[in-house]
Amino acid sequence: MRLTCTVNGQRRQADGVWEGESLLFVLRDRMSLPGSKNACEQGECGSCTVYLDGLPVCACLVAAGQAQDREVVTVEGLATGDDDDLDPVQRAYLDAGAVQCGFCTPGLVVATHDLLHRSGRPTDPEIREALAGNLCRCTGYEKILDAVRLAAARMAADPTAGDPAAADPAAGDRAAHRRLAGRLVGGAR
Amino acid sequence: MTGTQARTPPTVAEQLISTVGGRVGDSPVRPDGTLKVKGEFAYSSDLWAEGMLWGATLRSPHPRARIRGIDISAALRVPGVRAVLTVDDVPGSKVYGLEFADQPVLALGEVRYQGEPVAIVAADQPETARRAAGLVDVGYEVASPVTDPRAAMRRGADRVHPTGNVLRHVPVRRGDVAAAAAAADIVVRGDYEVGMQDQAFLGPESGLAVPAEDGGVELFVATQWLHADRRQVAACLGLPPEKVRLTLAGVGGAFGAREDLSMQVHACLLALRTGRPVKIVYGREESFFGHVHRHPARLSYEHGATRDGRLRYVRAEIVLDGGAYASTSAAVASNAATLGVGPYDVPNVAVDCFAVYTNNPPCGAMRGFGAVQACFGYESQLDRLAAELGLDPVEVRLRNAMTEGTVVPTGQVVDSAAPVAELLGRLRNLPLPPDLPAAPDLRELPGGVSGTTHGEGVARGVGYAVGMKNVGFSEGFDDYSTARVRLEVIGGEPAVQVHTAAAEVGQGLVTVQAQIARTELGVQRVTIQPADTTVGSSGSSSASRQTYVTGGAVKAACEQVRAEVLRLAGERLGRQELGHQPADLRLDGGKVVSRGGAVLADLAEVLGSDAVERTVEWRHRPTYPLDPRTGQGRAHVQYAFAAHRAVVDVDVELGLVRVVELACVQDVGKAIHPDAVLGQIHGGSAQGLGLALMEEIQVSGGVVRNPSFTDYLLPTILDMPPTRVDVLELADPHAPYGLRGVGEPPTISSTPAIVAAVRAATGRLLRRVPIRPEHLTGT
Repeated sequence: MRLTCTVNGQRRQADGVWEGESLLFVLRDRMSLPGSKNACEQGECGSCTVYLDGLPVCACLVAAGQAQDREVVTVEGLATGDDDDLDPVQRAYLDAGAVQCGFCTPGLVVATHDLLHRSGRPTDPEIREALAGNLCRCTGYEKILDAVRLAAARMAADPTAGDPAAADPAAGDRAAHRRLAGRLVGGAR
Repeated sequence: MTGTQARTPPTVAEQLISTVGGRVGDSPVRPDGTLKVKGEFAYSSDLWAEGMLWGATLRSPHPRARIRGIDISAALRVPGVRAVLTVDDVPGSKVYGLEFADQPVLALGEVRYQGEPVAIVAADQPETARRAAGLVDVGYEVASPVTDPRAAMRRGADRVHPTGNVLRHVPVRRGDVAAAAAAADIVVRGDYEVGMQDQAFLGPESGLAVPAEDGGVELFVATQWLHADRRQVAACLGLPPEKVRLTLAGVGGAFGAREDLSMQVHACLLALRTGRPVKIVYGREESFFGHVHRHPARLSYEHGATRDGRLRYVRAEIVLDGGAYASTSAAVASNAATLGVGPYDVPNVAVDCFAVYTNNPPCGAMRGFGAVQACFGYESQLDRLAAELGLDPVEVRLRNAMTEGTVVPTGQVVDSAAPVAELLGRLRNLPLPPDLPAAPDLRELPGGVSGTTHGEGVARGVGYAVGMKNVGFSEGFDDYSTARVRLEVIGGEPAVQVHTAAAEVGQGLVTVQAQIARTELGVQRVTIQPADTTVGSSGSSSASRQTYVTGGAVKAACEQVRAEVLRLAGERLGRQELGHQPADLRLDGGKVVSRGGAVLADLAEVLGSDAVERTVEWRHRPTYPLDPRTGQGRAHVQYAFAAHRAVVDVDVELGLVRVVELACVQDVGKAIHPDAVLGQIHGGSAQGLGLALMEEIQVSGGVVRNPSFTDYLLPTILDMPPTRVDVLELADPHAPYGLRGVGEPPTISSTPAIVAAVRAATGRLLRRVPIRPEHLTGT
């Protein structure tokens, strides 16, 4: 079958789609967007989280045909421009050391992006609840929490931080992050 | 790279250019981090090549069966299928293995575990390949599987392999246990059991094999050790190693599960047969059958002590279920045996560890590698001893804590810091989290938002544990790493390239390599070349060894480059003094600088358009085999220690546990990248929590009952509590920068600390992990 939808702001078409294919397969293998990851095929791990008409979904659980004429945004669509031009959520994951193997990162970045656009300064229990559908096997989640708090603080301090044209907000906040790290290694000598 | 490319901007293997600065002891951002947060990092499952086929694997549904025949004709007739192969199509060695080659590439007359590969298919589309694999008709003569490892050890037991079921027995004998037992004031005995844990990396087994014009093959794959893969793959393909060229693709976590081969030989066989690139990607269910797991263990311990709580002897028997094939079971058994009494000074020891073949899933490497199972046993025993003596659990550990200079049961003298007492002391002094409030948020209670309690029936407990791990490969293994370092001046700016075959699996080795080069050569711009087999082996990304061994190799190569630069400076600039006293000189900011900071020469002046390049094979101190009868020998190169405190709330009516806080104190010798050290401690602690409370591959009759993330439970962000970390840096004088391996210790002590806390909350003995609700409710 033919599938037509909007992906990251562009009208995209895929031909020869088998009826049993997931949106995730179409994105990864027919539209050259492998950023969304396939780790469980059951909606348990959240590695394939994308926006579908503005709501976060597990792309592995969406039949490709369900995306017909709808709008999809993937991790590749969050930042625009060149390499240094990251969405504040992506920047915070990088700066907070929340990335190890990184396989869960695209899904967590999209889920965090959704959380922070719904709720500007979430509490820790709210963060945990919002990200409970995203498994990470490397980090123990501690630095993921740091990243979400850091992104929230930066976005609150500079509401234009989501704007690619905005200045690099990192300088002051890197100091904040170092303080966080310092608290955790307080006993180091 | 012979026409291989990902369809998205990143190529198959990135050169990672690090210009953000950061020397040893700093915490620069990862050079691969930007690609990873943007979704542009090319993992092995993301690869693509023009004309590529997809591979699929048919696996045995039976844990044990003879194969009467295989009919591939129906599969071959499916439109789009390009090849269907069985063991008859394997041109070289039909078997492979890391320690013993006992595992068939494809089933060889019989199958010994559920999920053993029987046939492989290449087709135009993945679904076509899967369907065709399902049409391969295998005639099985089903046999009764051997599933109980203790029964399998008995004389006359049904044999899984003709060589017998005991794969390795490691005895460790020290002192006179019988005499000590007769004299002990108090004896505690306990039987314990550890379930089968899965590494559950998120990035499934995958890779792309591309046939080469010289009759060889290029393989892009997620692995922990490129050269060990190459050795085995080449043998199975019947090719000389130089015709099998491996490049590391992006690795989505490892934790031991990528030490053994999975799809490597299969993809190469299909690529060579079809003459086209072949990609194989496992799904999650297949991944549970595609790699080894942590050994389930049965442990029997007997500890004897004096009335004041000093250990006089330990007797232990540890049986590890190795499953159907050897993998690394022999080395896991050695660890469980040699680390079997833990970080305590015990004068009399008799430990026997057995690794046993069964028809259960094969087991091998997982973070902690034998030390995890033993630690659950000996730490449970220390708590029982404390209870029997009416002593505080930390106090009984302090009275027996090993120190630098302690002679461990193998006769090896601990010759660097062993701060076991200090770890425990610091841990005990960390503040405790506040009590549960009178009207708690549901999310702070066991059972969470399912609202199973509002605080009633909830009991709190606190538990402690400490563990130890050997770092690096042991027992005389030639454990080395190779690094090539090149320094040149490009556009007026000094630039360094570092090339190793070491696998970045998420731990941050690429960052560490750049930090070391920056520290030693005083440059800002460092490029980490893709890891591949065009440079010598770096050994495995396992055993907490890469920062030590590959870090050591990069450091040594940098030192040789620096010495040559200083020699050239003397020669070319007529400044002989520069070459004569290199210890007083360093490279910094592209200049040769004296100890006092005076600039003596500019690198551009010294090198011109020349590059200085050195390749170094670097080894840590040698280790030695264990005596096969007594287990005596200097088998380990370094010991590492961590201790945990767990605070839990337990709903004693429903058997639900919520971990309120974990605290960990670990000595890392030197934190090369303090942020990454924290990341390792957090992540390792989480895997230990999983083993304590939820993670188990459930096997009955040799059949896996829960091969999915729906049924195999992993800790989520709701399950992981805030983790308080205190890092010590007590330099090991034998190691580069004084560092100590970091990755495994936090996985080891986390599990027993949590179990101890649950015991404290419930008063139950809890002999088995993971703890299930019925163990807590007694129902």
